[in-house]
Amino acid sequence: MILYVISVGLSVTMGLMGFINLAHGVFAMAGGYVFATALGRLGMPFPLALLLAFVITGLLSVVLERLLYSRLYSAGELAQVLFTIGLIFMAVAVARAIYGTLAPPVFLPEYLRGQVHVLGRDFPTYRVFLILFSAILIVSLWFGVERTRWGAMVRAAVDHRAMAQSVGINTRRLFTLTFALGSGLAGLGGGLGADIIAVQPTYPFEHLVFFLIVVALGGLGSLRGPFIAALLLGIADTACKYWIPELGAFLIYAATIGVLLWRPMGLFGTRV
Amino acid sequence: MTGYTGNPRIRWTEWLPWLLAGAVFFLLPEYLALGARILIFILFALSLDLILGYAGIITLGHSAFFGLGAYVAGCISAKAGVTDPFVQLAAAALAAGLLGVLTGAVILRTRALTLLMLTMAITSILLEIANKWTSMTGGADGLSGVTVAPILGAFRFDLFGRVAFIYCLVALFLAWFLVRRLIYSPFGAMLTGMRENTTRMHAVGAPVYLRLIAVYTISAVMAGVAGALLTQTNQFVGLNVLGFELAGELLVMLILGGVGRIYGAFIGPVVYLIAQDYLAKQFPEYWYFGIGFILVLVVIFAPGGILGLLDKCLPSWKRRSSARASAR
Amino acid sequence: MSPVLETKKLCKSFGALTVAQNIDFRLHAGDRHALIGPNGAGKTTFVNMLMGALAPSSGRIYLGGEEVTRVRQAQRVKRGLGRTFQINALFRDLPVLDNVALGIAERRAQAAHMWKPASSHGEIIDESAELLATLGLADDARVRVKDLPYGKQRLVEIAIALGLAPKVLLLDEPAAGVPSMESERILKVLDRLPAGIAILIIEHDMDLVFRFARRITVLVQGEILVEGPPDEIARDRRVHQVYLGEQHHG
Repeated sequence: MILYVISVGLSVTMGLMGFINLAHGVFAMAGGYVFATALGRLGMPFPLALLLAFVITGLLSVVLERLLYSRLYSAGELAQVLFTIGLIFMAVAVARAIYGTLAPPVFLPEYLRGQVHVLGRDFPTYRVFLILFSAILIVSLWFGVERTRWGAMVRAAVDHRAMAQSVGINTRRLFTLTFALGSGLAGLGGGLGADIIAVQPTYPFEHLVFFLIVVALGGLGSLRGPFIAALLLGIADTACKYWIPELGAFLIYAATIGVLLWRPMGLFGTRV
Repeated sequence: MTGYTGNPRIRWTEWLPWLLAGAVFFLLPEYLALGARILIFILFALSLDLILGYAGIITLGHSAFFGLGAYVAGCISAKAGVTDPFVQLAAAALAAGLLGVLTGAVILRTRALTLLMLTMAITSILLEIANKWTSMTGGADGLSGVTVAPILGAFRFDLFGRVAFIYCLVALFLAWFLVRRLIYSPFGAMLTGMRENTTRMHAVGAPVYLRLIAVYTISAVMAGVAGALLTQTNQFVGLNVLGFELAGELLVMLILGGVGRIYGAFIGPVVYLIAQDYLAKQFPEYWYFGIGFILVLVVIFAPGGILGLLDKCLPSWKRRSSARASAR
Repeated sequence: MSPVLETKKLCKSFGALTVAQNIDFRLHAGDRHALIGPNGAGKTTFVNMLMGALAPSSGRIYLGGEEVTRVRQAQRVKRGLGRTFQINALFRDLPVLDNVALGIAERRAQAAHMWKPASSHGEIIDESAELLATLGLADDARVRVKDLPYGKQRLVEIAIALGLAPKVLLLDEPAAGVPSMESERILKVLDRLPAGIAILIIEHDMDLVFRFARRITVLVQGEILVEGPPDEIARDRRVHQVYLGEQHHG
């Protein structure tokens, strides 16, 4: 479910803005570091630390977007891929320099530790919390995109930027805001998942494949898609590790390839 | 210039890299190990340029073929006792080619993001296999005990890397020759067409999908041979040959040199690896940061890489070479 | 004489939107046929379906008597179907000669040669040069397409299609966007197209249509309104209504 929170931001920026942002993991990592530092070293309460992760990552993304990303909106896929890889290299170096190679410890608050009793079985409290959180998130996102003016403007601007501009939509500001939202969500996900997915300098490289899988499987530009994809992946992963531990992540990859062959646009995609 | 109005004759500037290599061999004997490494990466970069620069396939999964070639060469030596270097190369080429055809057939139906992601997924699968199958690959410790019999029965790899250097040089020369012929042939013109306007290629009756698989496979074979060469010259193979960092670095090398122009694949690795050899040891973190920074700069300000910059700075050089090309 | 191109009850819908309904169409060798109709009538969709770039929802397509409804575009091209695009689909960074040569190489099944240089394939180059000469583009053979004026680019578009030696040629608005000074050249080229080819032209320029076509089909909202020789169409009241009606709301 962490994957979902992180990847939905990627689906938003890539699907709605058409920009291949492989450096999405960098924002997740940044959020993770901010969260862990806020929680641990600064002693902030859990919700505040999460909020800080969201906000700071969002701000960081605004700076990067204004300075760098916006130059490459019409530059073609290769340029975007290369640029974001360059960002990853830089971010990894910075992370290593500041934090070293070990993951910072994460101290979850009391009320989120331990187990909770649901439907006759014990589940780790934190996992349940994550699932609930993600559900609320997707609902609010869906509401935001489908029902609000902001959502309509984004969809219009992506469909036809020049047209949207001529009806008075400030596409530059819109893209920046949307990018900030997507990256902020990644930061939030990085923080939320810090307990489960260790926040290390190699984070953006290691998990890039999974973010991309969730987005490609779910379908670009869709909000439901990555949710279902992350859900399925999570279930499949747990099931595989339980029954056939040697195969590890294999089945995930194989299943991804299979699904994409059958439906190249992903499960819910509206465009390739 | 390539294509039907082009001139396939080898210009004198194209012999420079080989003269340079010869000079290095005789004048800089202490650097031959680095030199062999550079030659291998030029081969690797050339294979990537074929599909990235000429056919327009954006991939981060080329290390799958490199790594497969490396491991096949290593495993048949360390586990099956096959020590003849050419057999090792052939096995690596075959394995990589097979993987190229199979995966190409699967993923070349998709494009852009999905394609990119699938190339990474395939590499991840291979990485998983290499990691888990410790009895065959040595897992995270890598595979040592790779032995290579003397080449042609006479030339054993020596401590100074002289034989390794010449060995890689010859391999690279052959590959360069073949790739060059390919680029200047009708097939090469067709690749350019596919990159420039795929819709139009369909509309002139080109079986685009099959041609993409063909070039992908050729590229895979080349990458596999490069990987095998690495194993042979190091007598060791580790998990990093399948890592994304390597794939990223290769991309940097190629972009640095200039995509789609054969010699970008020559210049890029030379500049990168020499810089890395010197700087990375002194300032490892700055190095990594610097690479990312340069990549960003290149993408935004100099998308043609070093060759592109040379084009701009030395217009006379470019005019002369294209003038010679069109005088037919 | 059997038709070289035929459709039977061709239909296409995108969800609730129907863009083609029961189109029965026939083209014979040597025909000079025009397809006209107001914007949005479905003309380009029809051409895309004929080419195989778009799959019909129902109905059949026959090329040279054989059914090609499920046959891919590249295959139909090999069987003699050629087209030009409404918006240029050229290799802009390549010289004019290469643009044409790529298609000719495909037709001659030499495009996959990997050893001998392209520039040594004399037959392909000679054929390309001849083709360009017939279209008045001989002097531009080595010029990059993007450096050509728009009118000449449209000619290159036609040249590529001709290089495939098609039996049926679909021209999608060949004169669209061409300044009137240059469209004369295009008209001359159209006049001189080989007599044996069956040509279907989509056009809005009525002068061109009436000068070129020997038979006209009028397509309105995905359905064929009427079909016949030019003078009949010119007199037909329904056609007037469709166009006048459009002008009313336009």
